[in-house]
Formats: sequence, C-alpha cells, structure tokens
Amino acid sequence: MRWQSDPLLHVEHLTMRFGGILAVNDLSFTAGRGDITALIGPNGAGKTTVFNCITGFYKPTQGRIAFARDGRADETDVAALTQTARRHARMASGDIYLLERMPDFEISGKAKVARTFQNIRLFQGMTVLENLIVAQHNPLMQASGWTVLGLLGVGPYRARERDAIEKAKFWLNKINLLERADDAAGDLPYGDQRRLEIARAMCMDPVLLCLDEPAAGLNPRETGDLNTLLCMLRDEQNTSLLLIEHDMNVVMQISDHVVVLDYGTKIADGAPAAIRSDPRVIAAYLGVADEDEAQAVAGERAGERT
Amino acid sequence: MEFFFQQLINGVTLGSIYGLIAIGYTMVFGIIGMVNFAHGDIFMVSAFIALLLFLALTTVIGITWLVLAFIIVLLLAMFFTSLWSWVIERLAYRPLRGSFRLAPLISAIGMSIFLANFVQVVQGPRNKPIPPMFNETIALTSGGLFDVTVAWKQIVIMVVTVVLLTIFWYIVQKTPLGRAQRACEQDRKMAALLGIDVDLTISITFIMGAALAAVAGTLYLIQFGNVNFADGFIPGVKAFTAAVLGGIGSIPGAVIGGLLIGLIEVLWAAYVSSDYKNVAAFTILIVVLIFMPQGLLGKPEIEKV
Amino acid sequence: MPAGHDTATSPATQRLNNALREAGLAALISAGLSFPILALGAEPDINNQLALQTRWSWMFAAIIIIACARFFAVMLDGWRARTLAMAGLLCAAFGFGTWYFAGIAEPKIVGGTIVAGLIAMLAAFPIDTSESRASIAAKAPARPATILSSTATSLIATAGIGALIAFPLAMLWWFGSAGSLKWINNYGIQILIFVMLGWGLNIVVGLAGLLDLGYVAFYAVGAYAYALLATQFDLSFWICLPLAGIMAAFWGILLGFPVLRLRGDYLALVTLAFGEIIHLVLTNWSDLTNGEAGILSIPRVTFFGVPFTAGEGGFAHLFGLEFSPIHRTIFLFYLILALALITNFATLRLRRLPIGRAWEALREDEIACRSLGINTTNTKLTAFALGAMFGGFAGSFFAVRQGFINPNSFTFMESAWILAIVVLGGMGSQIGVALAAIVMVGGTEALRELDFLKQLFGQDFNPVQYRMLIFGLAMVVMMIWRPRGFVSTRTPSIFLKERKAVAADLVGEGYG
Repeated sequence: MRWQSDPLLHVEHLTMRFGGILAVNDLSFTAGRGDITALIGPNGAGKTTVFNCITGFYKPTQGRIAFARDGRADETDVAALTQTARRHARMASGDIYLLERMPDFEISGKAKVARTFQNIRLFQGMTVLENLIVAQHNPLMQASGWTVLGLLGVGPYRARERDAIEKAKFWLNKINLLERADDAAGDLPYGDQRRLEIARAMCMDPVLLCLDEPAAGLNPRETGDLNTLLCMLRDEQNTSLLLIEHDMNVVMQISDHVVVLDYGTKIADGAPAAIRSDPRVIAAYLGVADEDEAQAVAGERAGERT
Repeated sequence: MEFFFQQLINGVTLGSIYGLIAIGYTMVFGIIGMVNFAHGDIFMVSAFIALLLFLALTTVIGITWLVLAFIIVLLLAMFFTSLWSWVIERLAYRPLRGSFRLAPLISAIGMSIFLANFVQVVQGPRNKPIPPMFNETIALTSGGLFDVTVAWKQIVIMVVTVVLLTIFWYIVQKTPLGRAQRACEQDRKMAALLGIDVDLTISITFIMGAALAAVAGTLYLIQFGNVNFADGFIPGVKAFTAAVLGGIGSIPGAVIGGLLIGLIEVLWAAYVSSDYKNVAAFTILIVVLIFMPQGLLGKPEIEKV
Repeated sequence: MPAGHDTATSPATQRLNNALREAGLAALISAGLSFPILALGAEPDINNQLALQTRWSWMFAAIIIIACARFFAVMLDGWRARTLAMAGLLCAAFGFGTWYFAGIAEPKIVGGTIVAGLIAMLAAFPIDTSESRASIAAKAPARPATILSSTATSLIATAGIGALIAFPLAMLWWFGSAGSLKWINNYGIQILIFVMLGWGLNIVVGLAGLLDLGYVAFYAVGAYAYALLATQFDLSFWICLPLAGIMAAFWGILLGFPVLRLRGDYLALVTLAFGEIIHLVLTNWSDLTNGEAGILSIPRVTFFGVPFTAGEGGFAHLFGLEFSPIHRTIFLFYLILALALITNFATLRLRRLPIGRAWEALREDEIACRSLGINTTNTKLTAFALGAMFGGFAGSFFAVRQGFINPNSFTFMESAWILAIVVLGGMGSQIGVALAAIVMVGGTEALRELDFLKQLFGQDFNPVQYRMLIFGLAMVVMMIWRPRGFVSTRTPSIFLKERKAVAADLVGEGYG
C-alpha cells in the first residue's frame, strides 16, 4: 500500500469545470512512489482532464495537487506551503511542489513530472535523435550559457551535448530504435512512435511519468513489449508511473494501484484485484441501469479489443 | 451635439461600406480558414469596374436617369467582380487547398500585388474622379450653429446595404446553399462524404463575398467621388479588422464590426487627430485580436491538448 | 496535327474537340474579365472630367492569347512542349504587338517573330508526342533525398564566399569603374540586403514557425535609429550599428510580448498591423522623423574613420589610389557581405544550440515543447528579438548606404517581399533563402533592363511599372509550382551515423 505509506502525488478535491460542464468533480487520490498507478474509467470520464491538470495544461477550477519530488510530503508541510503564495518549498522532508500553481513547462522542467499524449506528439519533422536531444533542453541550455557562450563557441556545451547524445543512445537501445536514430520521427511506424514518445519523456529524468493511453493502437506483441518497458521504468529507473489505459490486460498485469473514474467522480480506488471485483466498477463498465449507458459501455468494450 | 450627430451619420455611412467588404473576409475565413488578402483589391477592382461602366452608360449609351444607371452599374459590377473573384479562387487558391498553410496566404498576397499593379498598368496611376451623384442634402436639424445634414448618397448607401444584407442573410440562413456552406465550415471532408460539392460551395462563397465587395466598391465611388489603384489595401485591412472585431465567421458580426470601425474612424478623425486615424484602426485590430480573439459574436476557441 | 479520320470519336478528335471547347470557354471568361477594366479606359481631360476611351484591340489580344494558351495546355502533355508552345505564342504576340500597337512596320522584326512563333507552336505537337512516349518508356524511380557530405558543403560554401569576395573586383575589372557601379550596387548590394533580411526573418518564420508580416518595422527601426543617432548625436556608424541592432531587438521583444498569445493568421495580422503603425508613426511624427520628407544627409560610411572623399585625407589619397566613387560602393558591398555572413553563421550555429532546436521543436509542436520543460514564451521572444536584431542591422546599413531615408522605404510591400523570399526559398533553409533573394531581387532588377522595349513600344511604355505586376504573378505561380519553396527538405541539426534529409511533408510549418 505504497500509495498510503509513501505517496508522491496528492490530488485533493480536484474540480475542473468547462463552462457548464463538470469534467472532474471533487477528485482525491494519491499515487505511491515507485508504483504504477492506473487511472481508468469509461470514455469521457475525465481522465485526460485530470492529466492535463496535473501537468499544468489546464488550471483546475478548484483543488490542490501536491507533489513530493524526492521526499515525503508531510501533511503539515504541504499545509504550510499552501498558506503562502509560493509554488515550491524545500522542506526537511524534501522538495514539495504545488502543481496547480505552476505553468506547464515548469511542472515538466522543475518538478520533473513528464508526460506523453493520447494522440502522439512527436516532433515529426525532426529526427529520432533530435527528439531525444530536445527533451534535454534545460540542462543543455544551461551548458550553453543560455546561448551566449554556445554562440561564441566556449564553455562546456560541446561536452554536455556529447553526454546528451549518450543518454539518447541509451534510451534508443532500450526501445530498439538505435538503428533508426537518424530517421525522421514521422517516418516511424505507429508502435515505434509510441515507444519513442516514452523514451523522449524519460530523457528528462522524470520522477513521475504520466502516460496517456500508451497501449492505444498497439498490436498484442507490441503491448507485451510495452508492459516490459513500463515495468523496467519502474524497477530499474525508479520512475513512478501514472497511466491512463483502456487495455485491461495492461492495467491488471502491471499496475500496483488502480483509480476508477466515472463522470468525473472517483468510484473506486485500490489494488487491481480489489478493483476487478468491485461492484461499482462493474456497474460503470457494464452499466445496467439505463440504455444509453449500456451503449457507451459496448463502445468502450469495442475500444478495448483493438 | 449637432457636430456629433453629423459625425455619427458619416460614420454609419463609412461603416456600411466596411461591413460589406468585411462579409467577404468573414465568409471565406469561415469556410476555408484563410485570410483572403486579395479581397481588398477585389474591392478596388470593383470600384474601377463601376466607374468605367458608369461612364459607358452615361456618355456612350446616354442613360440620363441616375437611378436606373446606378442600378445597372451595381448589378453589372457585381457580376464582373464575381467573375474576377471566381477566376482568382480557381487559379490561385484552389490548387493550394490542403497544401502547406502559408502557401495560400503568400499566393493571396501575390494576387493582391498583381491586382493593384494590373489596374495601375491598364488604368494609369492617377486618381479617377467622377461627377458627384446623389449629392443633394436634407437638413435634419436647422437653426442651430451647425445643421445636421444627410446627403442622398448616404441614404442610398445605407438603404442598399440594408437591402443586400437582408438578401444575403436570407441566402446563408434559409437556403440549401447556405446550409452547404455551414456544413463545409464545420467539416469539409464530412460534407463531401454527404454529397455536398465542396469546391462549388467554396467558389460560391468567394463569389458572394466579391459581389458584396462590388456593392461596397460602387458605394465607395459614390461616397468619395474618386478611386485609385492603391485604394484596396487600407480599406481591406480595416474591413478585416471589422470582421475580426465582429467575430470572424459571423456575418452579423462583420456588419456590426464594420459600423463600429466606421464610427471609430470618423469620430477619431473628428475629435482626436485625422493624421492618426489609421493608427486607431490598426490599434483596434491588435487589441481585439489579443484580448478578444473571438470578437463580439464569434465562438471562443478552446486549446486542445 | 494528329487528328484521326477513321472514326468520328477517335481519342485524338475527342481531345481536339475538348481542347477547342476549353479554349472557347477560356475566351469567354477572359472576355468577361477584360471587358470593363481592360477594354475601357478613363483619363481625365482638361476640365478634369473623365473621358471614356475604348481599347477593344487590347481586349481581343488578351482573349486570343488566353484562349490559345488554354488550347495548348489541354492539347499538350509534356512540359517541354508546353513551354515551347507558350514561348512561341508570346513570341508571335510580341511580333504582332510591335506592328499593331506600336506601329513599327519593320518587316524583319514583325514577320520574323510571328513566323518563329508560329513554327514554335506547330513544332510543339510532334515534340509532345515523342516526349510523352519517352516519359512512358523511362519512368525514373524517385530518388531519396540526399544531403551533401559536410566536406562537400564546406567546399561549396568556401567557393561561394570566395566568388562573392571576388565579385566587385571582377566587375570593376570587366566593366570599368563607371560600368561596374550598376552591377555592384543594384545587383550585388541590393540582393545582399535582401539575403540578410531573408536570413533574419528565417529565424522567426522558418525556424520558430511564427508568421511575421511586419518584419519591415525592425528594418525601419534600424534605419531610423542610425539616421537619428548619426544626425542628432554625431555618433559614428560603427557605434550606431550595434545600437540599432539592440533597439530593433528591443522592439522585437515589445512586439513579441502581446503576440505570444496569438497563433496562425491572427499572429500574421497583428504583426502586419504593427508594421503599418510603425510606418504611420514615421510618416506623421514629423518632429522626430521629419515625416514624408524623411531624414536627409545622413553621414556616409567611412573606411573605419577614413572618409571616401576626394583630396587630402580621403580613402583614395591614403592608399595612393585615384579617387573614384566606386571605392565607397565596393566598401559597402563588403560591409553588407560581412553582415550577411555574420547573420548566416550565427543562424547556423544557433540551429545546433538548444535554443535553435527548441525553435524548430516549437514549430513542430508547441504543446509537446511545454511538456518537455521548454519555456515557450522565452523561446518565442528570443526568436523575435534575434530576427529583429538582424533586421535592425540591415536597416542601419540601408540608411548608411542611401544617405537619406523616408517612410516610403518601409511599407508593407517590403515585408511581403521578405516573407516571399523566405517562403519561396524553403522555410528554414539558409541556401534556399539566398537563392530566392537572388531570383526575386535579381529578377526584378533585371526587368529594369527591358528599357530597349521603349524603342519598340514608344517612350510612353515604361517597363518598370510591369515589375510589380510580374512579381505578384510570379509569387502565385511559384506557390503553385513549389508550395514549400526551393529547398523543401530539412537538414537535421545533429546525427549519429548519417545526415539524412527530412522529407518536406513531415516538417511542420508552425502554427504560432
């Protein structure tokens, strides 16, 4: 139960409203350090909205998202930080970030929360290698003396760039794309693009990696590879994962903790085995109450099979 | 106070013309998401066509009844200008549909340069004055320091604008053609799958925009009494400002935007500085685009992650 | 003419019928286009009353040319045959025009061109048949795009720079000191100014994918900064140059801030409006800028303090040369060459730095950039500022070259030119932009050489006014021909084993 004993992400009373639509309603959950946490739910349940709030692309209407990058987020520390106008504090127990106060690029750059996208967002016209180098923008920017030294050709930039290439090669090796390093990312097959997007996010050395439907559109063999890759990220790289996934094989096999959303509200939260037998989850997915819902579920099922 | 009312009337007159041009921008942007940069020059070409037709009708054919001449000129100018616009769409824009996003914009800028210089070459660089028309005025107030007057030509401009807007509004809202246009606006691919001739619909949109620009061109000629080959750019940009201010894609928005721009321009020139009246128009464009990009009547756009 | 006789509907007959129908339609449409605007003219008479003129012959000439062109386009498949037929058509039309419109009854010219044109048009048909046969026989497989190795690239670059350095001296040797002025000034310096402006704008549009239609504003800021600093405070060009660049960069940031929220066409229009506002302010703020009249007698360039004047202490005297105004022109050429090369090397280096990669990533996908910790605000502002700075350098060079400036040099047309150069060159490609500048600026300069047509069409005929007409049309044609410009592929900034070009259809165009 690491999400209770050692959580790194606290989502508390998160609410997101778009005009009259309540996309996420008073959602609270935690994600454990070193866990693979799955966020599941029928289409339109608000999962991607939660991701967008965590990674700063949306400003939540209400709620707090506390992130303990490298320590325990002590209740009193977080409360103390919330009282101030600051986004970040270095507490005795480690760095704490209030993600809902931070712009998106700082969440990824400083708090080290990386993400991938449902509809892959690679830099299609740049090569595979360039994609991975761009992901190391901030350290390289520093090494180039914020461009000034780099432009003059002095400073440690050359060496740091070589290190960046080494790191890129390491990840290309992990996802079996080293041979295609000099090809345009847009030329890769779909499954490779999905893996490359994960590798690109990993080049930022994230503490928490949010994956939005990483298995969508993959064939069974590729899904198996993905499972292995994700477990490797957790076990060897000590990266905590938060993933949205429709493929129950992936969810049940690899996740340590499952949070179920329906209509923007949390309906279940627990270990995979417990979720599998939770009557509310079954109702939400098989939706017996009314016809509309049953149809939505049928559509959902069709989505899962692909 | 009288001075203010006089400016109000002048502003509405000018604004009607901007509104008519703005509809062409807003319809084309709505349907293919492109700023038709040459639209201002289409307007200028239409003013020249109207000028030449007017001269031909009055001097060669010898029509002396001004109202009849005006109506004939208006209809013919709409026809010939639409033909220009149709050919331009067909040759310069259609081959670039679905291509690189900047390509149609550059092509439109090229067309704009071509049209202005074509008219300069074939019609000469000088201003073309026409004899004043509908120039008699009606005094609305009298006895004060300053009589508020409205010229017949201003009445003509407002009446023609209202009549034509009603007709076009009816076409867009109530006919199958208008429905096809709105369908293409939403989703061109889906519209094509449902049996709508998308190319034809887009062509008709250009034609409608040009016809209204021709009306604006004719009215501009009556109002200002002369036209020059370089007269397309600034009214074009102002009309685009009007379209943006009203909410791009919205026809009533374009009209309201046009009226507002006309009023602001006239009042600015009257009370602040006539040197900087164009600066005012451009500043409005910037401010509106930055702080209110959906305009007065447009739909807001949500960033999709 | 290959026309079938055996059956009424053989393919050749069908095609001919089709072509005739299309030509008829084209004639009808061109009649509608040309009727009022070409066929009728109006010139004010002595009483300032417009008098109508009719020019039916113009209209018929236009109709016939367009109908013939359409006919050939339908009848002919191969581009060689089409080109030949069009050239023949223009040649014949030219011959006819000299006789009919200009009233030149020189039988050799008139008859010769008409006959040559007719022959070319007729010859196009057999050529087309053989060409289409040949093209079916040898359908070459599409070659993957290759990139020159870095040694070859640097060799070519060195040779090119060498040629540029030798250019003014070669011109001087070839045409003499008076004759070379046109080549060094009108072609050399003029093209290099636009190469530099194109490279500057390329940072904003080509790399960062931010559409800027008001780039001329920074050019103007640079020019006025130098002009005002030099005339009011007596500062030398070498001090003003960096100051002008900094000022332009400052304006770039100032413009950049509000427009950061905008994307696509809206961004283009706000930048356009900004450019126009600068133009209007320069025109109307007479106290500072002297309005339409502009700033006169701006100090001319000196050879690092040595003036290019005749007599004691001048450049010629110092170096023991005979005084000639060409010395200053040659110095200006080297100056703009150096500035342009600095722009180029800086851009090439920036592309290999994180900021350059961030620009290109921004062009590809802004949201992905934000998810990778890239501060898109700063990245965009840097692009605006650096692009503006190079524009400012070019502007102060323009001022020191001209010696006087007024707002009319900084109109929207200039922005359109520079943008057209960047898009036509191929966004992001340095060499493409340089090529486009040579073609466009050099091409329109070359149109000035058409003065000999005056002898044919009379003194009223002014070829220069056709310059912009042809320029506008060329922009349309080139966009249709190559929507992604001359160099449409992208060269990666880094590679492991092999530098492979990225195909044009994968490269993003930016939406910011």
